[in-house]
Amino acid sequence: MQAIAEGLFTDEHLPRLVGGRNVATGRVVFPCPSGSDFEPWPLRREGTLWSFTIQRYRPKSPPYAGPDAFRPWAVGYIELADETIVEARIVNVEFTDIAIGMPLELTFVPLDPAAADPVMIHAFQPIGLGPKA
Amino acid sequence: MSDVCIVGVGIHPFGRTDGLSGIDQGVFAVRQALGDAGIDWPAIQFAYGGSDSAGNPDTMVDRLGLTGVQFINVRNGCAAGGSALFSAQMAIKSGEFDIGMAVGFDKHPRGAFNALPSEYNLPDWYGEAGYMITTQFFAAKIKRYMHEYGISPTSLGRVANKAFRNAVHAPHAWRREPVDIETILEAPMVSDPYTKFMFCSPAEGGVALILASEKKARELGKPIIRLKAATMRTRPPGSFEVFAPSLDVDRTPGTPRGSATRIASADAFRLAGIGPDDIDVAQLQDTEAGAEIMHMAENGFCKDGEQEAWLAEGRTEIRGQLPVNTDGGCLACGEPIGASGLRQVYENVVQLRGDGGGRQVPGNPKTAYTHVYGAPGVSAVTILER
Repeated sequence: MQAIAEGLFTDEHLPRLVGGRNVATGRVVFPCPSGSDFEPWPLRREGTLWSFTIQRYRPKSPPYAGPDAFRPWAVGYIELADETIVEARIVNVEFTDIAIGMPLELTFVPLDPAAADPVMIHAFQPIGLGPKA
Repeated sequence: MSDVCIVGVGIHPFGRTDGLSGIDQGVFAVRQALGDAGIDWPAIQFAYGGSDSAGNPDTMVDRLGLTGVQFINVRNGCAAGGSALFSAQMAIKSGEFDIGMAVGFDKHPRGAFNALPSEYNLPDWYGEAGYMITTQFFAAKIKRYMHEYGISPTSLGRVANKAFRNAVHAPHAWRREPVDIETILEAPMVSDPYTKFMFCSPAEGGVALILASEKKARELGKPIIRLKAATMRTRPPGSFEVFAPSLDVDRTPGTPRGSATRIASADAFRLAGIGPDDIDVAQLQDTEAGAEIMHMAENGFCKDGEQEAWLAEGRTEIRGQLPVNTDGGCLACGEPIGASGLRQVYENVVQLRGDGGGRQVPGNPKTAYTHVYGAPGVSAVTILER
């Protein structure tokens, strides 16, 4: 898997997001900041939807690196219990079925599905669909 | 320490003005403000100028006169105007100067603001993945707020509807055609739950304010409008801000998250020695319809959730208990970043002088409040008193 950036995801069978844990306060953030105040902290893979919206127009490039052909996508904030609330795409669910409080799990999707060797971004999907859904 | 007074105001109409640069619009506003104060440019002892995308404000001395005046540029995101005003009042309060100016102008390209991650200390991937978008954050923020506090989409529509209705009577506003609430609610979604009428657009415009010591203001013979408070604050821990790859889990459910606005507002009320109930008219940052709703509570005017009843009962209408965004706010005026916060103060001066015409708040308002908010968690508040 070609990740959109280095150090964002763990290298394991079911990769996790690499957050950062403040060594002094225990506060967890994503992504892991550089410097010595935070240590890498793999985040739990399951959470609940905290809020969301639908991105209905193509973001400007730069900085957006997605395909020119635009289809709306869902984006939300997912609460990972006791850790942090992370921003990510919401995938493999109809827009009208997305609801605050729904359980979600981490997955990865191509930024450009049509690319030959696409870069992968993190996303969340309804629990139980499996990694290849 | 003497009070700081606003003795002159000027504005270049907001919106789109092809053929006029941002600086041109700033100069237009300055000349109008000088005329309003009854002074000439050489009388100005200092200036603070805010612009985000339209060039360095101090270059306007070319046009206004090379008097050698001290002119400091301010770049502070959406709080640029508020920061310029804060700095200007400090210059007078300190006793260093008697009279000076805060000016702001801007001219942005069409479409959404195009922020880059590096400007906000964020990694490049965050922008590449499509998250550097203010509208996305604002939509997610109100979605959560509606869920927690029972705010309906109809209330979002009421805010936008009021903005365009008020703007009909504001010559400096951009969108001055009333839009009925059904049209607003049924328009295409931009970022759910916001339709296209519920977001303001980046725009153009310029505003200038002349500030003076009370002694100088009396010499000029202008109505005394005092700047009782001007505060600018950055965010506290745990707040939910624009461009946030993550935010803290709420450790104290049931109490609102802290925000730059809450701090700036509380400090402004403390400085002015009055409370939210004492305010007669308010201009609250409404870059989107829900922002006005959330900011009503963050600035202390009501409790979270009470906005639903406030809007249904028309309490924020021009003739309501607390008129909010009497010139249509950002929704109707658009947002030229450097000028936006100063427009709010301009509008309040108009209201306190009783010059609001068709949008004049009745009953001789004596106190007026402004509030701006911007990325990545900055807020500025002013309180004026007549």
